Amino acid sequence: MAIAELEEKPRISPFYDPKIRAFVYQAAMIFLVGYGLYAAYTNAVTGLSKQGVVTSLGFWDSVAGFPISFRLIDFTELSSYGTAFWVGLINTVVVSVIGIFLATILGFIVGIARLSSNWLISKIAYWYVQIIRNIPLLIQLILIADLMHHLPGATEIKQNTSGIYLTNQGLFTPRPVFEAGSGLIFYAFLGGLVAFIGYYNWAKNRQIATGKQSPTGLVFLGLIVIFPIAVFFISGMPISLAYPVKTRFSFQGDATLQIEFVAALLGLVIYTAAFIAEVVRAGIMSVSKGQTEAASALGLTAGQNLRLVVVPQAFRVILPPLTNQYLNLTKNSSLASVIAFPELVQVFAGTVLNQTNQAIPVMGITMLVYLTISLITSFLMNAFNQRMALRER
Amino acid sequence: MKSSLISLTVGSAITLIAGAVSAGTLDTVKSKGFLQCGSNTSLAGFGQPDPQGNWKGLDVDFCRAVASAIFNDPTKVKFTPLAAKDRFTALQSGEIDALVRNTTWTLSRDTTLGAFFGAVNYYDGQGFLVRKSMNIKSALELNGATVCVQQGTTTELNLTDYFRANKITYKPVVFAGSDETLKAYDSGRCDAYTTDASGLYAERLKLTKPEDNAVLPEIISKEPLGPAVRQGDDQWANIIRWTHYAMVTAEEQGVTTANVDEMLKSTNPDIKRLLGTEGKFGEGLGLKNDWAYQIIKNVGNYGESFERNVGAGSQLKIARGQNGLWSKGGLQYAPPIR
Repeated sequence: MAIAELEEKPRISPFYDPKIRAFVYQAAMIFLVGYGLYAAYTNAVTGLSKQGVVTSLGFWDSVAGFPISFRLIDFTELSSYGTAFWVGLINTVVVSVIGIFLATILGFIVGIARLSSNWLISKIAYWYVQIIRNIPLLIQLILIADLMHHLPGATEIKQNTSGIYLTNQGLFTPRPVFEAGSGLIFYAFLGGLVAFIGYYNWAKNRQIATGKQSPTGLVFLGLIVIFPIAVFFISGMPISLAYPVKTRFSFQGDATLQIEFVAALLGLVIYTAAFIAEVVRAGIMSVSKGQTEAASALGLTAGQNLRLVVVPQAFRVILPPLTNQYLNLTKNSSLASVIAFPELVQVFAGTVLNQTNQAIPVMGITMLVYLTISLITSFLMNAFNQRMALRER
Repeated sequence: MKSSLISLTVGSAITLIAGAVSAGTLDTVKSKGFLQCGSNTSLAGFGQPDPQGNWKGLDVDFCRAVASAIFNDPTKVKFTPLAAKDRFTALQSGEIDALVRNTTWTLSRDTTLGAFFGAVNYYDGQGFLVRKSMNIKSALELNGATVCVQQGTTTELNLTDYFRANKITYKPVVFAGSDETLKAYDSGRCDAYTTDASGLYAERLKLTKPEDNAVLPEIISKEPLGPAVRQGDDQWANIIRWTHYAMVTAEEQGVTTANVDEMLKSTNPDIKRLLGTEGKFGEGLGLKNDWAYQIIKNVGNYGESFERNVGAGSQLKIARGQNGLWSKGGLQYAPPIR
């Protein structure tokens, strides 16, 4: 029957065949987009070479000739442009990763506070979200940086015994100096950590098996804090503190926390936390009220209810939009270039682009970097999301 | 299909924009009816809009002089304010016809940026601005100081060279715009602010307490500032270069806005050639023969422009110094018009 019907179908001309049509349209589309990009690129390159500008990455190993104030790898004015790129990239990653971590914590706190039954707390959280997310991040960054510039100057501050100075250059603190034998303390800390993890698992299994609870807090203090401190004293105090020494303009060396870094971090965290708070609130609201009621009927406290019942279920709703916020924060970190924080855009797409004038390769690389960071972030978050997803059997 | 149409449009738009660059700049300027000049965003004395929104300054005068030479009308010029880091891109892309934005002439800008510097309309050098309360008498005392500097300038590199050569260190704070840089210095984030000396005098006026700040005596670099155009358009480069030389020649010969009409009757052959009453020098440039007359009539000679914008007649009160005529001990020298 079915075969007969098929044979009866009238033959359609390829022109009207929906399959062929779809293929042709899509091929044409790909061709046009590809050609557009190709034409734009070759045209720009030939246009530039006509003006005597050769597009190449030949500058990569040349001497940069400028210093960078905030760096986590070795960089002097004699380093190469390539090294300058890595300095900028690392700064971007550092401010983004720390920013994501802090914004998540602040966002969860504010999100949960918004749902608090305490009128004052929920109103403060409400206004925090309403004000912060409705003001452009750039303006907040400039405001924060400007406020910080008005901290007392390093020259106005008198030397004190604590060795902690908050100046408009940043926070200067005593720094640890590791002498011979200080490795022992590190190993003691590591050993304590491993022992604690072992104990924690044992205690957890015991609780599941027998219902008896063990004191984790005290053991934590003993193994991870007191044990390394004891080793520190026994080994003859091999770590000492170097106090900041006042110079004519500032203190010796770089600030422990530089003002531009703090301003960039604060701006990103405060702004993104407002959005995360709303994501968290939405997630919690999505958990049906019956769950909370059932939890309290079982005798769980409000805290336990939140931690064990509500948040794990809310997580499934929270994760996808949370990923978006993480990506936003990473991309928004480029705005910190305006307040003189030497991240990728400031160093590479700013100074390096200017000195070499290789706009096309430099901007291309910069875009590729943000694309890569964003793809890695969303890959990790998707993997996490899949682990958290409801397993349907 | 909509998106493929868009991509086609975008692709061809980019082709068109870059394609426009290759036509002769003079023809392009004439056909659109005005000169597009890349200028400073706001640098007193060189290029900044006054409270009424009229652009004023030495560089602005230069653009008006070029417009006068082409159109007999100093108002046929539009200004594109540019940050230091955007200026060469704007020139290359054809967004502007000439870059007259106190830009330093260097070898690498000639060779790798595709820029052509026609003349030097201001001989400058880099200096430092510090607070008087710091009691600093020389730039060599700046060891360990925090210095605010603008990104994408020769300033940024000279600064490094100077400190390296003198084996002292500094902490840079780098901003993209000159106003942000100055504001950071003003709020106390930096101990010193550095830019071209002419800029220091201009920027000092913007500080909350200008009188509490002093310019250090050291000049750490050579900064020949001049108008730049795209390479490969010799006719246009000639017009830019000779506009400056016409203004300098006019000063040499004592031709001013006030007396230029009388000077038309002059019998001095140099003046006759300058004002186009003898020979056809303007036509050789692709302009009218009275091109220099129009420049002087509308804008003035180099000395007039200098005094009005940065010299004794301005707030900056910068002495002529290196920018005086060669015959008076300065460096401004114009090849002969003949």
